[in-house]
Amino acid sequence: MKASRRESSLEMVLLGAALFLPFALQAIGEDYYIGLATRMLIFALAATSLNFIVGYGGMVAFGHAAFFGIGAYVVALLMEQGIASAWIAWPLALVTATLAALAIGAVSLRTRGVYFIMITLAFAQMIYYIVISLKFAGGDDGLPLAQRSALVPFDLASDTVLYCVSLALLAASLLALKRLAASRYGHALAGLRQNEMRMEALGYPVRRLKLVCFAAGAALASLAGALFANQNGMASPAQLYWTQSGMLLVMVILGGVGKRYGGVLGAVALLGIEEILARITEHSHFYVGIALLAVVLFAPQGLAGLFGLRARTR
Amino acid sequence: MSPIFEAIALKRHFGGLWAANGVDLRVAEGELHALIGPNGAGKTTLIHLISGGLRPDSGRLLFDGADITRLSMHARVARGITRSYQITQVFPRLTLLENARLAVQARRRDFGTSFRFWRPAAADYPMIEEAEEWLGRVGLAEKAGTLAGDISHGEQRALELAMALATRPRMLLLDEPLAGMGPEESEHMANLIASLKGEQTVLLVEHDMDIVFRLADRVSVLVAGRIIASGAPEEVRTHEEVRRAYLGDELP
Repeated sequence: MKASRRESSLEMVLLGAALFLPFALQAIGEDYYIGLATRMLIFALAATSLNFIVGYGGMVAFGHAAFFGIGAYVVALLMEQGIASAWIAWPLALVTATLAALAIGAVSLRTRGVYFIMITLAFAQMIYYIVISLKFAGGDDGLPLAQRSALVPFDLASDTVLYCVSLALLAASLLALKRLAASRYGHALAGLRQNEMRMEALGYPVRRLKLVCFAAGAALASLAGALFANQNGMASPAQLYWTQSGMLLVMVILGGVGKRYGGVLGAVALLGIEEILARITEHSHFYVGIALLAVVLFAPQGLAGLFGLRARTR
Repeated sequence: MSPIFEAIALKRHFGGLWAANGVDLRVAEGELHALIGPNGAGKTTLIHLISGGLRPDSGRLLFDGADITRLSMHARVARGITRSYQITQVFPRLTLLENARLAVQARRRDFGTSFRFWRPAAADYPMIEEAEEWLGRVGLAEKAGTLAGDISHGEQRALELAMALATRPRMLLLDEPLAGMGPEESEHMANLIASLKGEQTVLLVEHDMDIVFRLADRVSVLVAGRIIASGAPEEVRTHEEVRRAYLGDELP
């Protein structure tokens, strides 16, 4: 009880600091870093959504870029049609990604382990190749956004507002994840991770439980994708490509698989390291690789484990 | 007594081997029905066929008058057929109480769906109280807070039984519940099984003949994928074909 209260108050402090950050950056004239911080928040959201599938659901999915990219493309395509409202585009992105995940999951969840990794990768690559072959989706060039989504009453054109909206969505997701882990559904997932066969024998509809987890993670990823299209100013095929899936997976592993803050820590660390290294060396990927190796070897629970954040998954 | 469960001409082969070669089996409501047979007779296959882990090539399964041949495992549990496993299958990194609660939570008809995402499961008091009762029933109440991976093999088997019971099955399949147990643990488990008599329909697969003939109301003998005898323990013990199958040396 005490530990959880301390965790909650730490969370409030962090949230307060995160809220304060863009204004502080503005005050010292370093507006550039608001963009970087926003990108960290958006990828924290995407990595958290993948961590839900990998760490909570126990399914190593290697096609998460598909859902992230779907979110970005739905926003861009609707913008092309003159529909700029975020209140229409974002929910529609969510629905599209959920439907795609239900279809992909229904097939993929018949397999496990390596086969699941490969089949989710295959589906994601299929979507990538379909999208780049579509003229109206911009093909290889992607689809630029004429403006940012209109999220009345908030003005997303302001970088600070986009930052705050991203922060709010991330905070809400983390809170939801906390509640979910302690809920009946969360306990059922904990059982699934440890012994799927036993859960089936107890009478749990195993595949349906996993499908819901997979689809929920996908839906959250599409929201991150919608945000990223806004920040990036376009939906690009790179967001659908397998390297994007790989990067999200690296963030999850780096941050801590199945740790509630794993996705956040991983995203902040990876983007932070890249940002710093990009100034010093051209070979930043090499050092990121070494950092990942070090984490896997010496801190298998990721950065979250290193900081002693309470484990949620068992 | 009318049968609650009936297998009719059940067949299943693996390559050239007929693990079930026309099995006919009836289990009456409320009885403790033991299934015995020499190694390789197809007992485990039969348990899988009944619980839904395997599908038969042909034949039918009736439970409570309904055809369940094509139902998935979890759908059969919902109808009331729960199995325990030969090899211990508990959740090692959950506490005993959490293990038992997961089993209770699985009962949708009493506690509703597991698709609840917001309310803490720890506040589901009726569920927890019932989980505690089941732990008490098998003598594990004091270890409710221990991780299931940290208790002895015998205790894990008892936990396994508590979990199977917590799904409130109408027919319980026990697959070698005494496997790998020492004499003391075996005696405890045998007493637990005996305590179920009269209130719980049980289909018991067990190698220990002493226990089988001590506990069972009826015994069926499976040899080479077929039931060659089925009846009261005394009838089966003296059955000519059964004695031949066991070469006379295993039956007490």
